[in-house]
Amino acid sequence: MDETSLNIRKIKNRVFTIGVATLTVISALPLVFIIFYVFKRGISAISWEFLVTLPKSVGEVGGGIANALVGTILIVLVASILAIPVGIMAGVYLSENPDSKLSKVARLCIEVLNGTPSIVIGIFAYLVIVLSTGGFSAVSGSFALAIMMLPLIVRTTEETLQLIPESLKEAGLALGVPYYRVVFKVVIPSGLSGILNGVMLAVARVAGETAPLLFTAFGNPYMNWDIFKPMDNLPLLIYNYATSPYQSWHQIAWGASLVLITMVLIMNLLSRWAIKKWKVRF
Amino acid sequence: MEEPSGNRSEDNPKGKELKKEAAKRLKSASYPFARERLFNATITLSVLLVLGVVVLLFVMLVVHSIPSIKAYGFSFIIDKVWNPVTDQFGALPFLTGTLLTSFVALLISLPFSLAIGIFLGEYARESRWGEILRNMIELLAGVPSVIYGFWALMVLVPLVREFAMALNEPPYGVGMLSASIILSIMIVPYSASISREVISLVPDNLKEAAYSLGATRFEVIRHVMLPQSFSGIFAGILLSLGRALGETMAVTMVIGNTNALPDSLFSTGNTMASVIANEFTEATGTLHMSSLIEIGLLLFLVTLAINMVGRTIIKKFSVKV
Repeated sequence: MDETSLNIRKIKNRVFTIGVATLTVISALPLVFIIFYVFKRGISAISWEFLVTLPKSVGEVGGGIANALVGTILIVLVASILAIPVGIMAGVYLSENPDSKLSKVARLCIEVLNGTPSIVIGIFAYLVIVLSTGGFSAVSGSFALAIMMLPLIVRTTEETLQLIPESLKEAGLALGVPYYRVVFKVVIPSGLSGILNGVMLAVARVAGETAPLLFTAFGNPYMNWDIFKPMDNLPLLIYNYATSPYQSWHQIAWGASLVLITMVLIMNLLSRWAIKKWKVRF
Repeated sequence: MEEPSGNRSEDNPKGKELKKEAAKRLKSASYPFARERLFNATITLSVLLVLGVVVLLFVMLVVHSIPSIKAYGFSFIIDKVWNPVTDQFGALPFLTGTLLTSFVALLISLPFSLAIGIFLGEYARESRWGEILRNMIELLAGVPSVIYGFWALMVLVPLVREFAMALNEPPYGVGMLSASIILSIMIVPYSASISREVISLVPDNLKEAAYSLGATRFEVIRHVMLPQSFSGIFAGILLSLGRALGETMAVTMVIGNTNALPDSLFSTGNTMASVIANEFTEATGTLHMSSLIEIGLLLFLVTLAINMVGRTIIKKFSVKV
């Protein structure tokens, strides 16, 4: 064999390996840097005061994000109440009737929904809820977020339940247990870890959504517990404060970013942990 | 006596019918229970609800864009003047902005996401570091886009401004280039995880055959793995393009928000998503509102088409996205 051509091939191989490794490291850098930067800037803004006080007007010292924190939790909570039961039930239908025509159409619809830009879902929520109720409200924001949660919950539920062996269901049915009780007492509990994982991923995904809330929940500088009125929330507050020209507001936005990023990352980690901890193996 | 073969062919439909009958009886035996029926109705209703949402979404978008469609027709997408004061609405600047930022972002992110895909799907397939890196990248995909936007506004925009000044371009900082860069950073985790999956799915015996012929690892990747997983990687690119097209917040924060046709990478502009984010709450006239909704409809249709093509390709690989 030709010695030099072999060497050239070896060198090419080496160069490629180094190139791939370098590009990988380079592309991981900005991602890590962003997280690091948010922690660095945000940590100095955060205190107990910050979490429990309301925002103040420009020029005043201090001010916090209490209203946005409450708003985010309430809006996501209402969205979960809307989306989780429907999502799980639809997932049960899809896994129990995998080949029906309705299932096929529904799967297509879920894919469509999953790829729809969040701002378009925001427009939809505006047209359906805000226009018909005559004003911006937290509920319309929850409605938009619920629609964004649906595809994830339905799909993970379906995928998990399909893994449950038929024999488990048949054992229940053979004992004379009605079908719906088999679903509630056997099928869903066995697939709980997967379903929970999907739910938490969905919550984590919508907790940071801003675009669909711009013209639904709208934002509100005051504390508000009424979900039928405009309500502030963390992503909106970050957007509004970040694009303002005031240094002190930027500081608050960094603090809020840190709170939001921590919430989302914890939820992501929890969902990973849940799927490991409660995974039922067959 | 009949032929045995004829017998069998008659038996089959009979067996099928018997099975159908049995299934029917089983169903009718369990159906007298009202709760059973209620349960079945509930899960069917849930599916119909999901279906209804999608149908209603499309219908609402179409119905509310009718005034604008009627007023402008096809010229809506080729007219470059967008002026709410004079009721002139042409969406060309935003179409251009969306396409420009998305494709530039794709171009920037492509080598990186391909490298991560190859690295995690081949080199670090079973190592612990690969596992850690994979988990990290997946976690980073969950960072809210408004935070990417904020970071870009504070860190990236000044950098781009200096770069523009060095090149004697208008030193806005905000604009197409900043938007493209932050978009590319945001879609890397997404397309990388798809390329990793398709690359790791290349059958071992194909690789081993090439190795046994004396190929180096680079040659195996170049001549076996990449051709084998090409359509999957392409689908991943399409899916991340779909994401880039619809991305709103990060782009809105750094693109400069001017309604003019962008003439270079350094000029400011707007994308379809960002113009909706900016003007929707302030739209007063019916035509203005309707034009914004029509942009939303266009955005919906474009992302729908791209996602569907991507998913059809990727289904061949049975990769979950």
